[in-house]
Amino acid sequence: MTVSYNDFVIRFANVNGSGSASANGMFAKALFRMGVPVATRNIFPSNIQGLPTWFEVRVSEKGYLGRREGVDIMVAMNAETYAEDVASLKPGGFLVYDNSKPLAESLRRSDIHEIGIPLSSLLLPEFSDIKQRGLFKNVTYLGALAALLNIEFEVITGMVATQYKGKDALIQPNINALEIGRRYAEEYLQCPLPLQVKRTDQIGDRIMIDGNTAGALGALYGGATVCAWYPITPSTSVAEAFEKYANQLRIDKDSGERKFAIVQAEDELAAIGIVIGAAWNGARSFTATSGPGISLMSEFLGLAYFAEIPAVIFDVQRSGPSTGMPTRTQQSDLLSAAYASHGDTKHVLLLPATPRECFDFGADALDLADRLQTPVLVMSDLELGMNDNLSAPLTWDDDRQYDRGKVLDAKTLDELPRFGRYLDVDGDGIGYRTYPGTHPEKGAFFTRGTSRDEYAAYTESPEVYERNMERLTRKWETAAQLVPSAEIETSGQRAGILFYGTTALPMPEALDMLGEEGIHLDTIRVRAFPFGKEVYEFIASHDLIFVVEQNRDAQMKMLLTTEGGLDPARLISILYFGGLSISADTIQAQVSEYYTENKLPRLTEVKS
Amino acid sequence: MTFVAKPKVHHPKLPLNEIGLTRRDYEGPVSTLCAGCGHDSVSAAIIAACAELSLPPHRFAKVSGIGCSSKTPSYFLSKSHGFNSVHGRMPSVATGANLANRDLYCIGVSGDGDSASIGLGQFAHIVRRRINMLYIVDNNGTYGLTKGQFSATNDKGSTSKKGAPNLYEPIDLVSMALQIGASFVGRSFSGDKKQLVPLIKAALMHKGFAFLDVISPCVAFNNHNGSTKSYDYVRDHSGSVVVTDYHLPHEEITADYAPGTTEDVQMPDGSTLRLSKLDDSFDPHDRVSALTYVQRRQAEGEVVTGLLYVDPEASDCHEVMGTVKRPLNEFEAAELCPGNDVLAGINESFR
Repeated sequence: MTVSYNDFVIRFANVNGSGSASANGMFAKALFRMGVPVATRNIFPSNIQGLPTWFEVRVSEKGYLGRREGVDIMVAMNAETYAEDVASLKPGGFLVYDNSKPLAESLRRSDIHEIGIPLSSLLLPEFSDIKQRGLFKNVTYLGALAALLNIEFEVITGMVATQYKGKDALIQPNINALEIGRRYAEEYLQCPLPLQVKRTDQIGDRIMIDGNTAGALGALYGGATVCAWYPITPSTSVAEAFEKYANQLRIDKDSGERKFAIVQAEDELAAIGIVIGAAWNGARSFTATSGPGISLMSEFLGLAYFAEIPAVIFDVQRSGPSTGMPTRTQQSDLLSAAYASHGDTKHVLLLPATPRECFDFGADALDLADRLQTPVLVMSDLELGMNDNLSAPLTWDDDRQYDRGKVLDAKTLDELPRFGRYLDVDGDGIGYRTYPGTHPEKGAFFTRGTSRDEYAAYTESPEVYERNMERLTRKWETAAQLVPSAEIETSGQRAGILFYGTTALPMPEALDMLGEEGIHLDTIRVRAFPFGKEVYEFIASHDLIFVVEQNRDAQMKMLLTTEGGLDPARLISILYFGGLSISADTIQAQVSEYYTENKLPRLTEVKS
Repeated sequence: MTFVAKPKVHHPKLPLNEIGLTRRDYEGPVSTLCAGCGHDSVSAAIIAACAELSLPPHRFAKVSGIGCSSKTPSYFLSKSHGFNSVHGRMPSVATGANLANRDLYCIGVSGDGDSASIGLGQFAHIVRRRINMLYIVDNNGTYGLTKGQFSATNDKGSTSKKGAPNLYEPIDLVSMALQIGASFVGRSFSGDKKQLVPLIKAALMHKGFAFLDVISPCVAFNNHNGSTKSYDYVRDHSGSVVVTDYHLPHEEITADYAPGTTEDVQMPDGSTLRLSKLDDSFDPHDRVSALTYVQRRQAEGEVVTGLLYVDPEASDCHEVMGTVKRPLNEFEAAELCPGNDVLAGINESFR
């Protein structure tokens, strides 16, 4: 049997709330520490305890981090999902299961390898407490997997020691449980399997972090002092991570007082209202939410757009509509975020693809919101936000100053003949603002969602109203120049592929798969809305563009055609909206099928 | 409708306050509300209170929601920033504004539609959060801008201008504020300047959440016979529990202007709130008995006005949260950003 190294998909099928997350997490982390690229995906139910949950680890020497169809090793620990778990194994795959009770005959497959480990029986003499036995079962299969896959055992034991630091009483029982699993595998099973792990050096200086934590750190480094939020999966951990790090890093050394304020609001309407009130009063502020929260925030987002108040919103997208699949990923808030609220509104969107970008964009969004005096939404998703992703390390330029935008202080006001809040002095559509309380005589103005003139005075004059709306359009054009530009890779192909956010994850693998079929594509990763001119140039310079996204209605394509006045026929949608993250296979299959159906030339055909 | 500024010139003999300003320095442009609107009297009382307290007229954050009442912040304190925000959501905007700069005096003006209907949830939660502000509801029991629909504070049986009775129970914001934990609760009448101005002064000096429900008749839609929020009805049915007088720290407290027992309450800044109790059974420091008293009198068709509850030892949200004394909006990168070395350590914890 040929042995393959560092190239498989392993899936753990567990019961929610059974303590499997920490053992599964250690599995992934162990491989990471051995220098092997891993991508983890937690596929979990909207439930606290009892429903099925899966944890998938993509192991790839080549560094492919996207999802790939098919499971090579299934650790089936949930009797309820046995049938579908066994069915999801690729032919030749390995089924690891607890054979304390025999596997039902109906579940058996002749084309897979069964690896039975009597986990319950092994632990019965070791742990009298049934709950403990359940918890240690996870650690025991981890020990067995170490032997089966040739994972360096010390790496795992080292991790147990760090994980339970401070709860030292737990270290030894965990190591015992690991040993039980390992010993059983070594004595009774054929070890190692032909799918193995081998130490390598493909990680470099990368870290393994979830996008929500990275985004929260971005907000912290970017100078956010007010965070208001309402709990909603999958965004909750943004606010929680902000609180955790702020409590460590934002405490005044002398007084012990906090240089930040966090409010868990009564709902998303209040959360965005607090953010807007704080920003109006000169504090950097943000909120984190998901689709239903964006719906609730819409009225306030329109106010902030029209009254020109900065606000930063992390939208960690999940599957909609309505409550949808709250614990599954999607890129389906694009349109509702871009045009949130009534009337003519448009909002700046940043589209991060990695935790590093969640960090960078988290901080940049605060600068952009202040500069543009408008809401900026960081459009993450569950895949990026809640899973540990391999990422370039986070870095900060210590010389960087916050760009607070056009804000007049008392001295500047003194020198000014007359202050006009909404005057377009610089021709970029952005007026100068003042914080409340700045000057005893000058600079005060009344902020309102109703129309007003350049001096902030209420008016219903049609001319003044139109002039103001046109200025906001000018500001939008300024925004297009300030937001992160698209990442483009071209090699002179006639077709291109456009994607954004986590759709970038499976793209290298999909492109390699397509390359093997003779399909070569130039690529563009869009990183913001409004689109920069490089996006339209890329589209114009290719005969056709595949637009890959994770929603049903091709929302990015709609934005592109609407905003750019493009011919929709030139944009071919590649869509996936099942709630798992889009796989390389899906992209490859849909592109390939389009080539076949339309009899488009492939490079291999030209060669022959 | 346009913005009409008031002429800046004023009578040379207008008295100056301690910081050398006249009452005119606390005014705003001409109101666009109906002539005789109770809300304009509330604005005038705010102007009088701020001038008498000699507060710097640019150091306020004025916030409001939507409705006639919410327009009023543009008619007072024109040297301060104002924010006319979203219907029913002023409390959240006020919360954010107060978190950003705790040094500004925060005045929120809302209406009965804004606070008791669309914004009831936000009203309840700002009380809980103890934001240090004066929250005034100009309560006229009707929707003025949309021409006379009943609001949620309208009394059951009270009639509309066309004579139709209100079928539903009213929401009493004073009782709610007492129950949820407001540390300063009062009710007054826009036509009773003598009561309203000292109440506003005391509320502004109170540290914590100060709530004032001001019955403010709507001359256009709710000032007829049959309305329980008309000038005549309120004058006939209001019963004052406590006469309030507010004294600055150094001001000599000379005479008590109402009969009955008096009590001086020391405010956190050293000033004094003098309470003259008209009813011995009433204790403005007992939340539970205040609530009972208000509701009992209400059942008898009486509108209780005056200072209903005050906790001079109250704390505000910044104390609860332990935020820095300096306004959060003053901090720069050097004080907020932990720097790249710390980030390197954070990276290490993710390896």
